[in-house]
Amino acid sequence: MKRDRLLSLAPFVGLALVILLIPLPLTVKPVTHVVTMTADQFAFDPPVLRVNYGDRVRLTLQATDVVHGFYLDGYGIETRVEPGISQQIEFVADQIGKYRFRCSVSCGTLHPFMIGELVVNPNLTFARAVGLTAVILAGTLFYLRRFPPREPREHTTA
Amino acid sequence: MGYRFELTRSKWLKALLKSRVFQPALMLVTLFFFVVAILAGFFGTPAGSHNFGIIFVWIVWWALLIIVLVPFFGRMWCTICPIPGPGEWLQRRGIIQRTPGRPRSLRWRWPRRLRNIWLQNFGFLAVAIFSTVILTRPGVTAWLLLGMMLLGVTLSIFYENRVFCRYVCPVGGFIGLYSLTSSTELRVKDVQVCREHTTKDCVIGTEHSYGCPWMVFPGNLERNTYCGLCTECLKACPKDNVALNLRPFGTDLLVAKGRSLDEAYKALIMLACALLYSGVLLGPWGWVKDWANMATLPQWAAYAAGFLAINLLVVPGLFWLTTAVARRVGQIQLPVKRLFIDYAYSLVPMGLIGWIAFSFSFVFVNGSYAVSVLSDPFGWGWDLLGTRSVPWTPLLPGLVAALQVALLLVGLVFSSIIAYRIARQHTRTDVQAWHSTLPVSAFLAGVTLVFMRLYLG
Ligand code: SF4
Ligand code: SF4
Ligand SMILES: [Cu+2]
Repeated sequence: MKRDRLLSLAPFVGLALVILLIPLPLTVKPVTHVVTMTADQFAFDPPVLRVNYGDRVRLTLQATDVVHGFYLDGYGIETRVEPGISQQIEFVADQIGKYRFRCSVSCGTLHPFMIGELVVNPNLTFARAVGLTAVILAGTLFYLRRFPPREPREHTTA
Repeated sequence: MGYRFELTRSKWLKALLKSRVFQPALMLVTLFFFVVAILAGFFGTPAGSHNFGIIFVWIVWWALLIIVLVPFFGRMWCTICPIPGPGEWLQRRGIIQRTPGRPRSLRWRWPRRLRNIWLQNFGFLAVAIFSTVILTRPGVTAWLLLGMMLLGVTLSIFYENRVFCRYVCPVGGFIGLYSLTSSTELRVKDVQVCREHTTKDCVIGTEHSYGCPWMVFPGNLERNTYCGLCTECLKACPKDNVALNLRPFGTDLLVAKGRSLDEAYKALIMLACALLYSGVLLGPWGWVKDWANMATLPQWAAYAAGFLAINLLVVPGLFWLTTAVARRVGQIQLPVKRLFIDYAYSLVPMGLIGWIAFSFSFVFVNGSYAVSVLSDPFGWGWDLLGTRSVPWTPLLPGLVAALQVALLLVGLVFSSIIAYRIARQHTRTDVQAWHSTLPVSAFLAGVTLVFMRLYLG
């Protein structure tokens, strides 16, 4: 009985695994992005960088008011930017998905929330999350339809 | 109903809970840190990341509360919370021993219209529209903490019991609601025993315990919401009829008795705030942060108006439409309002998990500040434990997104199941219940996708 119930979910589990594991070709031709990014209390400009997998990113960082920092999640890149002295950073976008970059030098009240985003497309992480959401919800609803709980219906209706 | 494991069968745990020292001792510990947080706020460095007040309140306490205490232990924070301490001790004229007689206060009557959590809803929103300022200014945080404590003391002079906790505390409001999902409960073992026990020691108090300060009768507790786990009734009950149990998550969400519009709104407000904070604080939009941070007053006013509109009109409006559709496809005869209230409880797991996911974003990233602040709570250059110069080290920055996805999916499944089981309380057949669940699940899926878009899209 219990086994039947679990087995009935097998197709959904299979689909979920496919969504999670299927390797998709990342075939866009790499280019180089040359971007000048300013940091001032409490935002980066441009706030969002969108690049493709394999692209090279050449960032020139400039602080316009006080000392700021630049720390890129997942890439482990960190640097300090003093006003008037621009900093060069170069990296290859070799991890897909969204990574936040944040100020890493205490620069004032909103410092912990001084955050920008690097989105490396194709953003398969997000696509997989969305696919997983659909499959898991479908699986849940299917299961509830097939095997309603056996608890008594305690009516609140008249 | 469902699986229970009585924790108080453990002798030492029971002895601990029954001891008059245990709970005030913990309160005194948290009170110490509370006072340090206030002092650091007033006299320490204004740089939030190096101030004990900011780091220990908004990162350490917050993470502990929302990731550990509420999901697993329900209102347990309220057992040890320092805020009502001074007021309660004043009423009791003592801290540890039971002082004879009824606790003192002017015994005003709390207005009937306020015997709900609307004040807590609006109090939470009032704090929320200032949150960007509060979270980043140690001085403002200190005023908030001090203000809450003073309000607690003031109310305890005029009213009996923990009126502040029960009806006013903006934190208590959501702890209570989210405790419906938690895996621990305080309940009586046998309801019949309570019915036949005419002296009701848990309500009146005994010579070594106080009557329930939360104005609850443990004998008919069916939900965690308003029991502050203060342990007084465990000490009072001469029949040894009060127990602390482990139980399945989400049990109380299915209890129809006690559902109300104020709680439903709390569920919607909390969900909306988790989404809004994720966008405002963690998003890349500098201008929103500036507005929230009171760059200019009109900008802040616009931000606050938008924030309130989303909380009080937009999200509840969308949910109202959802429940109207759910009513129709499920052929349910109840008024939409009734259904709106009931289905709102299915948002509770999603909301709690949304808050946990949101908290993951900054707890791992900024948790390391706590280590250095512990050595230098005021930012004056102290080095109490030799950890002052531990640098800011974000933890697991590559893994947080995956954890958030996993959490959100658990929330979606959990909430959908609860929605279906609530639907079954209103329909004649399982098929109708299932149909009625579909719009609610779609709403929940929408919420999940917005969270995902903000975190990794
Ligand atoms: S309701 Fe608020 S003040 Fe009262 S114990 Fe709980 S958190 Fe503390
Ligand atoms: S029911 Fe018991 S534990 Fe809960 S608040 Fe009342 S006295 Fe305290
Ligand atoms: Cu900065």
